[in-house]
Order: sequence, then structure tokens, then C-alpha cells
Amino acid sequence: MILMKDVHKTYANGVVALSGINVDIKQGEFVYIVGPSGAGKSTFIRLMFREVKPSNGTIRINDINVNDLKERKVPYLRRNIGVVYQDFKLLPKLSVYENVAFALEVIEESPAVIRKRVMEVLDLVGLKNKARFLPDELSGGEQQRVSIARAIVNHPKIVIADEPTGNLDPETSREIMKIFEEINDRGTTILMATHSKEIVNTFRKRVIAIEDGLIVRDEHRGDYGYES
Amino acid sequence: MRHIREGFKNIGRNGWMTIASVGAVTTTLILVGAFLALMLNLNEMADNIEDDVQIDAMIEQTADEEQIQNLGNEIEKINGVQSAVFSSKDDQLNSLIDSMGENGQAWQMFEQDNPLNHVFVVKTADPQDTAPVAKQINELQGIQSVNYGQGVVEKLFEFNSYARTIGLVLILGLVFTAIFLISNTIKITIMARSKEIGIMKLVGATNGFIRWPFFIEGLLLGVLGSIIPVAIILTGYYYLVNNISQHINYSFIEILPFNPFAFQLALIIVAIGALIGVWGSVMSVRKFLKV
Repeated sequence: MILMKDVHKTYANGVVALSGINVDIKQGEFVYIVGPSGAGKSTFIRLMFREVKPSNGTIRINDINVNDLKERKVPYLRRNIGVVYQDFKLLPKLSVYENVAFALEVIEESPAVIRKRVMEVLDLVGLKNKARFLPDELSGGEQQRVSIARAIVNHPKIVIADEPTGNLDPETSREIMKIFEEINDRGTTILMATHSKEIVNTFRKRVIAIEDGLIVRDEHRGDYGYES
Repeated sequence: MRHIREGFKNIGRNGWMTIASVGAVTTTLILVGAFLALMLNLNEMADNIEDDVQIDAMIEQTADEEQIQNLGNEIEKINGVQSAVFSSKDDQLNSLIDSMGENGQAWQMFEQDNPLNHVFVVKTADPQDTAPVAKQINELQGIQSVNYGQGVVEKLFEFNSYARTIGLVLILGLVFTAIFLISNTIKITIMARSKEIGIMKLVGATNGFIRWPFFIEGLLLGVLGSIIPVAIILTGYYYLVNNISQHINYSFIEILPFNPFAFQLALIIVAIGALIGVWGSVMSVRKFLKV
């Protein structure tokens, strides 16, 4: 599913972000990526959908070698990976419905399919009755749910979330986590970078801890392991 | 369909920048159109004049028929000669009288005692060869002198080639200025939409998919910019042909006819407009796609 072998990443400005990552994540797993700020979590995540290219080592996702992937094939890799950000990345002028539909328009789905799938995922995240709202008219938690809906609307095999609860209060965070668990129950692999001790310790999953560009801990049903 | 809709939307969203760049294209195309009209007409005139250039090789009065025959053969053997036509001194006198119109009558008294020479009228395949060919003919036995408008012809050729080069440079300069302006407009559209483009890339849009609306926006800017220039060229040229050309009687100054020339020119203008627009958009989008 996701396989990394001896992956190194040094940025053009000389910053070493990752120095020898080995990891194997199976289809359907739910994995937290934890570690102090600047440890390399973001780089680790961005390697998956080729926002960043590794300097060394191999990365295989769904049996595709991401290293050798031609530039024009990258979009097709990304269609199998849904991404959720801390700051939601919604388009403010588009309605909830349009923001989610956008992900399908881009891959040129037919209007009928788009309508059906968008309503399905909005139902899943509990926003069916707010489809016509603009992002600004929603709470932070609701906006994050829209961005989750957008990430899963084309049924990706992997969902990557970078601090999805970073801007949310504990109560809302738990609601968002329940949605992620539901998505995971349907067989989608979930990778989540987080700083939330409470979430990691409440919803027990596999925990990968990264420090100074190396994996220092990899436990099933692990705990957060840092003072928050 | 979506791309076309998006392209049109951008035109509306950008308001003033759209007007500015359409204005830039309009100005450019008016100038380009005027230059092209002028240049193509000059070119046509130059071609006409160049085609009219001929060498009159005057044969010595003493030459007999056989010598003339031989001379003709020798002239035709010279490299670059297309034809050498014998014209007797009587023919020469007649054409002289004809060309003088009413004043020609006075020359009729020479019909009994013609002072003119027999002549070979020589045409070269390439007008540019006129001078060297004339020189070779002049050196032949039995040729008294050659006449091809010495001095004038060389200057004419020189002028024509300068005019063509300068015109071309000016047109290219104008076109590049307009491309620059359009690419700036589109850059502003793109910067305003850079977040959207980023998200599009994130959810797996191909570069082609992202590029299309901008491509169409550029095309539209270019074509919109060509409307006024086309109108000006069509009406202006119509006026020119109908009013000016009547006052010019020199046979070699012939303005190209309105139909089809003005329409061809209009087509060229629209094509240049579209090219400027598309080029401008492609140049500015390229950078933003590297995510």
C-alpha cells in the first residue's frame, strides 16, 4: 500500500528534513504521525502525493513507484489520495456543494455522477442541509467537514490529513475524528499528522513518531508519548 | 464547455485589466494593419517595377542580318537571361510614337529616315540580375550600348529591401509588446486564482485542464482586440481605394484592389490577434503549474 525504503529528503536550501525513513502501511490502516514541530512530519506527508520529491530512496503507493512518476502522471496519483489540511483550503466564493463538486469536476466526471456523489458525502459528514451555504457561514468544524467531504468524494484509497483538528476545539475535534473513523471503517487508509495528545490517546491507533528526520517509534495502539 | 465558460467568466471578472489589454491589442493591431497595408502595397509596386525592368541592347547600325542572328543567340546564352526579343528600328519608332500620345505626331517625320537602332529587348529571370547581365551584353561584339535605367534600378532594389526589413522589425516589435501586455493581464488573473489552482492540482487536475480556461481567455482577448482594427482597415482601405487611387495616374503605382486584399488583411489581423492572446496566456500560465 504505502512502502518507503530509506527515504531521504534534503531541501534546496540545505535543510535536512528526512534522513532514512522506512515504513510499511497496509490498506485499511489508521496511522498517526506524531513528533515535535520541524521533525519532518509535513515532509513525510507531502512525499505521498508528490508535492515533494525524495532526494533518495524509494516510495511506492498502490504499487506505483512515486519517484519515477512522470510529471504528467502526478494528477492521476493524486486522484487516489484525498488530502485534508489544518486550514481547510476551501474556496470562499463557492458554496459547500460547489467546493465538494469541484474535486469531481476537475477529473471530468459527468454532472449526474457529481450530484449523486456529492450528496452522498455531504450526508456522511452531516452537512446535507447546508449544501448551499458559503464556507464563511459555517463554523470551523463544519468547514473541516466540507474539506473531508471533498477529500473522499472520489473514493480515494488513502486519505492524508495534516493537523486536521489543529484549529478546532476538543469537542469538535472528537466529532471530526468520528468521521475519520467511519471513513476508515469503509476500508480507506488514513494517515494523520497531529499534535493532539488527547486525540491520539483517546482514539487508539498505530502511532509513528518522527524526530530529527527519523522514525523513532512505531507502535500499534500506541500513545502520544509527548507532553502536550 | 466548462473551459469556455470559465474563460468568458475571467474576462468579466478582470474588468479593467481586460479593457487595458484589449486596448493594447487594438492599438497594436491598428498599427500592424496599417504597416502591413503599406508594406504589402509597396512590395507589390516594387515587384511591378522590378518586373518592368528590361535591358535595351542597341545593335550597331552596321550589323547585318547574320550578325544580328548570332548576337541574339549569344545573348540568350548568358546566365540569368530569360528572353531576348528582337525589335527592329521601325518597331522602336512606332512604340515611341505611341508612348508620346499626341506629341508623337512630330516624330512621324522620321519614318522615312529612322535614326534609331535595332534593339534586343532582354529580360532577366531574376530582376536583381539586371545590372550584371547588362554589363555582359555590353561587352559583346556588335552591341553599341545598353540601357536599363542604370543607377535608378540599383537604388530601387536597395530601397525595397530596406523598406521590407524595417517594416518587418517594426511589426515584430509591436507584436511582442502586445504579447507582453496580455501575459501581464493573465498573470493577474492567475495570481488571483492561485489558491484555486493549488487546490485543483491537489485534487488531481491535469495541467491541461487548468490551462484551458486561460488559453481561451487569451484567445478571446486577442480576438476582441482585433475587432476595431479590422473595422478600421476595411473602411479605411475602401476609402483609400475609391478616393486616392483615382488621382494617381502613374501606371506603376497600383493599389491592391479592395477585394480580396482588404479581406485577406483582415484575416491576417485576426490571426495575429489570436496568436498574441494565446501566446501571452501560455507564457504566463507555465510558471504557475509547477506545484
